[in-house]
Amino acid sequence: MLSRTADHLYWMARYTERAENTARMLDVAVQTAMLPQSAVDTEQAWRAILGISELQGAFDAAYGTLDAKNVLAFMVSDPANPSSIVACLTAARENARAVRGVLTTEVWETQNATWIELRDRLGANLDADPGEFFDWVKLRCHLARGVTLGTMLDDEALVFIRLGTFLERADNTARLLDVKYHGAGAGATHDVLTQREFYYWAALLRSVAGFEIYRKVYRDSITPARVAELLMLRADMPRSLLACMEQVVANLKAVRNDVSAGTERLAGKMHAELQFARIEDVLAAGVDETLGAFMENIYALGNGISRDFLVPLGA
Amino acid sequence: MTDFFNEMTADGAGAVREHYRAFDDWLRHQPPERIERKRAEADLTFRRVGITFAVYGDGAGTERLIPFDTIPRIIPAHEWAKLQAGLAQRIKALNMFVHDIYHDQDIVRAGIIPAQQIYQNAQYRPEMQGISVASDIYAHIAGVDIVRAGEGEFYVLEDNLRVPSGVSYMLEDRKMMMRLFPELFARHRIAPVEHYPDMLLENLRSVAPAGVLDPTVVVMTPGTYNSAYFEHAFLAQQMGVELVEGKDLFVDANAVYMRTIRGPRRVDVIYRRLDDDYLDPLAFRADSTLGVPGLLSVYRAGRVTLANAIGTGVADDKSIYPYVPDMIRFYLSEEPLLHNVPTWQCRRPEDLAYTLDHLDRLVVKEVHGAGGYGMLIGPAASKQEIDDFRRRLVARPDGYIAQPTLALSACPTYVESGIAPRHIDLRPFVLSGKTISMVPGGLTRVALREGSLVVNSSQGGGTKDTWILEE
Repeated sequence: MLSRTADHLYWMARYTERAENTARMLDVAVQTAMLPQSAVDTEQAWRAILGISELQGAFDAAYGTLDAKNVLAFMVSDPANPSSIVACLTAARENARAVRGVLTTEVWETQNATWIELRDRLGANLDADPGEFFDWVKLRCHLARGVTLGTMLDDEALVFIRLGTFLERADNTARLLDVKYHGAGAGATHDVLTQREFYYWAALLRSVAGFEIYRKVYRDSITPARVAELLMLRADMPRSLLACMEQVVANLKAVRNDVSAGTERLAGKMHAELQFARIEDVLAAGVDETLGAFMENIYALGNGISRDFLVPLGA
Repeated sequence: MTDFFNEMTADGAGAVREHYRAFDDWLRHQPPERIERKRAEADLTFRRVGITFAVYGDGAGTERLIPFDTIPRIIPAHEWAKLQAGLAQRIKALNMFVHDIYHDQDIVRAGIIPAQQIYQNAQYRPEMQGISVASDIYAHIAGVDIVRAGEGEFYVLEDNLRVPSGVSYMLEDRKMMMRLFPELFARHRIAPVEHYPDMLLENLRSVAPAGVLDPTVVVMTPGTYNSAYFEHAFLAQQMGVELVEGKDLFVDANAVYMRTIRGPRRVDVIYRRLDDDYLDPLAFRADSTLGVPGLLSVYRAGRVTLANAIGTGVADDKSIYPYVPDMIRFYLSEEPLLHNVPTWQCRRPEDLAYTLDHLDRLVVKEVHGAGGYGMLIGPAASKQEIDDFRRRLVARPDGYIAQPTLALSACPTYVESGIAPRHIDLRPFVLSGKTISMVPGGLTRVALREGSLVVNSSQGGGTKDTWILEE
């Protein structure tokens, strides 16, 4: 397969995953904003949204006033913001279009139909019911993933789609958790939560579809330590760091080439650290520090994949 | 201009032509709403499937549908047989012409074509002089534009020998008709066209460099913003070969390679869909990033095949077109089976004088023009437009040719007011390799505006399915 083809497949998957994550995050934020809270808390919550995507600077420069309306405009429909839903779905579709011959007809038409419908939906009254729009985005991304698994040959093309999906997802889960830990402050690691703290952590779980899973796994009250364990170390939690890294390692192995040993080693090391860690050790070392190192490694891993497979190998 | 040949009823008032009778009978029983509903369904499908073309200079990411007409153009077997023989003859002679031009130039020495017509031609590539290409084939894929003026009177309007587009629409239009009106395919014996990609791949493999037993074929596109990108992706997918851009290829040790996730892989045949100018920045336009540095040197060494060959454009120029019948006589010692449209070459003083005297009756075209731009349609032009064009002609006569306005045939077409005749042309696709082959039919383009003779998609033309009826 052409390196450029792999590159487009990888980024198609990353942008699809990112669109879904942005929708999840905003959906929870919109719901949380309906709870009674102080103006300061509200503003802090919206600022956290921007923090997750490292977009505070870009937002402040373009919008100024930090309120729900502006953050939604910036994160939903601003084409200049590379993490906005519009930018992600457009980029996913553009990448798909560049390799439409490699995709099954169903996969391409799903991406294309999402993009066509998106323009109609943005014209409709998004303000009146943003939740409905976010549900639609999540559904379309589920559909994209499902049609990919349901129709694509299990070959290298699918490997690069999976690599993009799981790398993006790992990055997103780490960022969400990181920002929440900062937001909760140092005191939030105690075991009995205030009502406000309960909603705070419940919202985080909902943004990764983890609320019901948490109940099923722990059958106990919500604590920050268990949330961290679920999202970092549980292999059976589909959006956890460990689950994502398992996929990254397996898929990298499937396309191993003459120059990819270093990248495989880094992925294997990240995987092993999560696999054999206990939550007590993570808490002792500091959740912040662990997540910070993980995010740096994810960045390096993305560069490694680009260098070894996607960016031209040269003569 | 009401005096035109109607494909369905010949003179417009007469009886339905025999090969249209079954269709006419069917059409009479269709409620207009059904046809309209089917047309809307087709539009929706084309958009969802993304069968669009990009529009230049019209804002980023603008993609348009080419209007699809639900009423087919039907050609009986005996007419197609005549066309097919004429097309094969014409393309054979054109291939011999390009080979001759880049070798001994017998046709120039015989005094049939003036040397300046070759050397002053913008598409002439001195780099190709004396170079051998595989099987001596230059125009591997040709799209020949044909119009009909009357019963049996087919005229060749243009030979497109560089990167002719439209074959994907021919195939998608057929797929759409089969989906919308399956009952029509039970009523008619319609020759299939779906095997075109197989024929194309076979043709491309047959012209691989000597000694390559299992050639790697690729389709080369300028990229997603190109107006024909859909077609490039479609053909690559249908043939099961890689769709590459210039940056995917590189030259090393006198061979062309593509960059894959497992390292470099040798490429033997490139079906390139970009013009000569952009192929190799070391040889042609240095500012172009679409091509592959060093490609020409590998090509000249005979270690990669380009389809179509570099320099083929020298034969599809409007200033060379008038000589094609003479080429056929010269190279094949045969009489041409297909007519040329009578053409006045304005670089000749007597032709220019005639053209200037009859501007209101002629079509005047730029020699290097394409896509329906830069032309004057005399009978439809205002006095002001004719005066403007007259000045351009006098200033640069060798840039223009003139032709009589043919009464292009028309075909019933579904338009806003119902079903009405609209002018059409036909672009069959002719493949040259070890043999000359083509699928029965081609792309029928239709001018959707009443009275208009311009069928180009960039000028708002549409397409319709083309049926060759088997006997």
